[in-house]
Parts: sequence; structure tokens; C-alpha cells
Amino acid sequence: MRVLIAEDHALLRDGLIRLLEAHDFEVVEAVDNGPRLVPALVEHRPDVAVVDVRLPPTFTDEGLKAAIEARSQVPGLPILVLSQYVEQLYARELLTGGGGGVGYLLKDRVSNVAEFLDAVRRVAAGGTAMDPDVIGQLLARNTRDEPIGRLTPRESEVLGLMAEGRSNAAIASALFVTEKAVSKHTNNIFAKLDLPPSEDDNRRVIAVLTYLSSR
Amino acid sequence: MTTVATTEAPPMRYPKLAQPWIALFLAILAELGIALFVLSVVSVPLIAVWVGIPLLLVVVPAARWFANCHRTILAGFLGERIPRPYKKPPMPGMLMRLRTILTDPQTWRDIIWLLVNAVLGFTLCLLSAVLFLATLFYLVYPLLVGVTPEGVFTEPFGGLLTVNFWTSFLLMPVALIAFLIWQAAGERLLKANAFLARSLLGPTESAKLAMRVRELAESRAETVDTQAAELRRIERDLHDGAQARLAALSMNLGMAEEMVARDPAQAAALLTEARESASTALSELRDLVRGIHPPVLADRGLDGAVKALAMSCPFKVDVTYDVPGRPPAPVESAAYFAVAECLANAVKYSAATTAWIQITHEDEKLHMIVGDDGIGGAVVRPGGGLYGIERRLAAFDGTLTVVSPSAGPTTVIMELPCESSSLKTTPSSGTA
Repeated sequence: MRVLIAEDHALLRDGLIRLLEAHDFEVVEAVDNGPRLVPALVEHRPDVAVVDVRLPPTFTDEGLKAAIEARSQVPGLPILVLSQYVEQLYARELLTGGGGGVGYLLKDRVSNVAEFLDAVRRVAAGGTAMDPDVIGQLLARNTRDEPIGRLTPRESEVLGLMAEGRSNAAIASALFVTEKAVSKHTNNIFAKLDLPPSEDDNRRVIAVLTYLSSR
Repeated sequence: MTTVATTEAPPMRYPKLAQPWIALFLAILAELGIALFVLSVVSVPLIAVWVGIPLLLVVVPAARWFANCHRTILAGFLGERIPRPYKKPPMPGMLMRLRTILTDPQTWRDIIWLLVNAVLGFTLCLLSAVLFLATLFYLVYPLLVGVTPEGVFTEPFGGLLTVNFWTSFLLMPVALIAFLIWQAAGERLLKANAFLARSLLGPTESAKLAMRVRELAESRAETVDTQAAELRRIERDLHDGAQARLAALSMNLGMAEEMVARDPAQAAALLTEARESASTALSELRDLVRGIHPPVLADRGLDGAVKALAMSCPFKVDVTYDVPGRPPAPVESAAYFAVAECLANAVKYSAATTAWIQITHEDEKLHMIVGDDGIGGAVVRPGGGLYGIERRLAAFDGTLTVVSPSAGPTTVIMELPCESSSLKTTPSSGTA
């Protein structure tokens, strides 16, 4: 799988390259600044790009802007954004473009190698990978008169994992229940949120996230 | 928040009918002030024979009290506060106080005012009072002529002419004339007196500067204290948090390294522990960074940062933001933390279901209003969160006003001076 990396910190960049190459990814280019990022993305069209939010020269949200820009040029270009902190504003901006193939994770998540690789593969496959911190904040909102308030605690738990981008199988194993139980919960959630159920994993996550973040 | 340019002086705060009596009272006070004037003038040369010192220490505070009473009363005439521009003794001690009193120009201006007030102030007040009293007097004049013995009111103007009960009605127009004059000029006379007093009792330009310097010195001292406390907090958080965790992490890694050949299972467990401890250290550092300067504020400025703040709030927050360009970084940061604190208060105490934030730039000021529909009852008390905001804003000459009746809702109005010229226009403050 061809991957492009954008990270200005040399140690982290090397670490990421080593980590991904050790797991049979081919790193096509490793960029260390913002201006180079968009052309690199458009030129290589990688299967997935792992992009740091903060990049030179401004050290603000260059990576995020580049990701959005590149995705507007190449729709559906899978990009996983890594950040030192998570901000709902950014999560929403990434998702507003619609379509799958986006992820937004805290940098620390890299340390759990298996989960990180899972997220990279999910994004590459056109799914989403949202940081549990973002989802947690969204779900923690005051839900007194929102449809979300009608969910049972178990259902919110399932919704949280679903919004992160996990498949039913992954949710089932994370919650130690059967896949059948998960799909029952999922159907209940869709019914309660007035979302027509769909076979498309990606579409259901986007629907949920859009619903959550548009409030 | 619109401010209408006021060219007219604000209206007098006392009702029309109370004015003559206040004027009369002031006229009497003005003459009593003569005593204070004489005592002050006499006590200064008497310093040479020591008697002047205790005398001055009694007379000057008395004169100041007297002047302060006038400042309060006259403030009602002018519709604005007259500041009390006295110097504070830099050190305790009788001689230091004496020195401060003697070197304070306001002491001498007070004394001059006592004299001016006794002459000009007295005249102006008395005139205003007499015009009204004359009206009353000539209205009841026939009655007075009727009930008093002959010769008391029947021979006015030193007995130049004689009137009886019936002809005394001819003097009624005098009442009308006096009333008309009083109606037109009575208030102006009092205001003239107040302006006169203000020019002597109010601070001079240099006193104003001195007061301003004192204010600035105080707010600077507070800012420095706050900064130092903040640095201590950061140091403590780093030392007890991230640093300790990193130490444990490197220890665990060392142990795992040594154990990896002998006991791979144990080594793996240690590595897991090390990774968890690294994650915790990172999240602690993240919180710390957010407390120092929120990254989103650096990225997106006040606009984005406040919107992000609103999004992370557990209830719905409407944000209106209308500021051209970006305020200077320190102002931006102060504004952000002030809004954040207000919102945090609303979340913690108000039991609100919605809130709103409005940030605009007008009259060279950043106006920030944070409102919620909660239970109200928010007050600024020393040590409280709102007090903290007030102090933080004071460092920039900003102000904070809280409107929070006990049944709610709460509105916090904050203002921060921020000149348009210092607003920087950034090419990309929006989404790319």
C-alpha cells in the first residue's frame, strides 16, 4: 500500500516511516513542510496520506488546510490527520467535504501500533477514523431534548465506537458482545435518530457524525 | 452597544424644588468654610513654633472632609464624579503625613477653594436660593402685611413707601418676575458654582497623570504577580506530572531492555506499562499547553478559538463575531481567556440550557458579551473567577460588568481597549 507522510519533526517522521514500512506499507514520499504537501499529494495520489496538522512555515493548521485543499482537487483522497490535540472545529471541517477516507487522530494514538495501523487501513479503504476524544466530546453534549438523549447507555457506547469508524465486528469485540447484538443496537440507533439504515459502513458514520456536529 | 456623542452636560440629579434648599444649605456651609480657611492659613506660619503641626494635622483632614462633602454634593449638580486627588503618604508616621500634606498641591487648592467658595460660591448659591425664596415671599406678602403689626411689612424698602393690605397685592408681579428669573437661571447659577468648585477641587492635569500612574503601577504589580503565580503553576505541573511520568517511563524501558532476553513476557508487560505512561504524560502536556496558550487560538485567532470553545460546551452556544482583522496577541489571549472563564462559570454554576457570545469591535474597543439563560446570581467577589477576569482585563484597562439577577439570566459585559490600527488583517483567517 502506498503511503505519503507529512511530518516536520525528523524523529517522528523517521519513526512513522519505520513503523509503516515494517508493516508492508510503501512510503512514496515524506514531506516536511506545508507548501510542498498539496502538490505532493496530487502528484503521487497515495493510497493514504498521514499528515501532521502543524507544519512549517506557519506552524498553525497548514496540514489540515492542505488536506482539505488536496481533497477538493482529488475527491476522496484518503487522508489521516494527526494532531497534538483534537479540536472539534477541525474534525467538522474535515468531514464537511463529505465522502469517506478521512481520519483525525491524536498523535499519541500512534503508540498503540495495532490500533494506529487499523485506523490507517480503514482510512485507506475509504472509511473514517475519528479520535475517541472528539466523539466523547460530541456525545457529552447536553442531550436533554435531542434525539441522542433517547439512546440507552449501551447504544451511546455503540454509537461512539461506530462514529470512530469501527466496523460491527470491531465494535463487537471491543464490547465483548456478539456481532448480532451490535447490529441490533445499530438498528435501534438508526431508528431513534431517524437515519435510514444503509449497507455502506462509511455512509453510516458520516451520517452520524454530520448529525452530531451540525447541532 | 451604541454610544451617542453627548455635547450637552448631563442633567442635575436633584429635583427642581429641592435645589433652593440645597443652595441655601451650601451658602451657609460656604461661610462656615471661612473658619477652616482662617485656621489653615494661620496654622502654616505657626509650624515655626510647633503649635502649627498638631493644628495642621487636625485642620487639614477637617478641610478635606469638608471638601469631600462638597465633592459628593456637587457631583449631583454636574452629573459626574469629582475625583479626590489627594496624595497618599508613602510611609506611615506623623512627619511623613505632615510632609505629604504640605507638599500636596491639592491642600493649597482646597484652601483657595475655601476662600473662593466663601465669596463666589456663597453669592451664586445665595442668589439662586433668594430668587426662589423671593417668589414665595411675595406670594404670601399680602398675608404677611395683614397679620403682622403695622410697620413690620407695611413699610418696605426702608420705609420709603407705605403699603396696606390691599395695595400689597400690587407687589405680586414681583413674585412672578422672581419666579421667571429663578426658573431660567436658578439651576445655571448652581451649576456655575459647581464648575467653579470642580476646577479647584478636581485634579489638575499633573494630578490626573499621577493618579493614572498609580493605577497603572497597581495593575502592573498585579499582572506581574499573576504571571509569577502562573509560572509556578506550570513548573509544578511539569515537575509533578509529565517529568515524573517520563522518569518512570525511562526506568521501565531500562528494566525491559535488561529483561528482554531473560523473560520476554515480563519485558512485554513493562513495555505496555511504559507506553501507557508515555500516553498519560502526553495528555498532561497537552492540557498544560492548552492552559498556557490554546493551540486553536494560535491557529485560527479569536474567532476560531471562541467557536471551538462554543463547540466543546455541553450546551448550545451561539457565537456572533464581528471584528475586522486580528487583535494583537496579548489582547486576543486576554479576551479568549475571559470568554472561556465566563463560559466555564456558566457550565459550572448556571444550570443554563443555552448561552450566547457576542464579540464586536466598536469605538476602539473590543466588546465581549457572554450571556446564558441560567439561574443567575453571579457576583464578582475577591478570589472568584469573575474577579480573576476583572483583574486580567484591568491589566489592559479593560472593564467587566455583570448583570445577574437571582432568577437569571446572567449577562457578562466585557470591554478591552483595542485600537483599529492595531488590528492586523490576516490573508487567511477562514477555512482554506
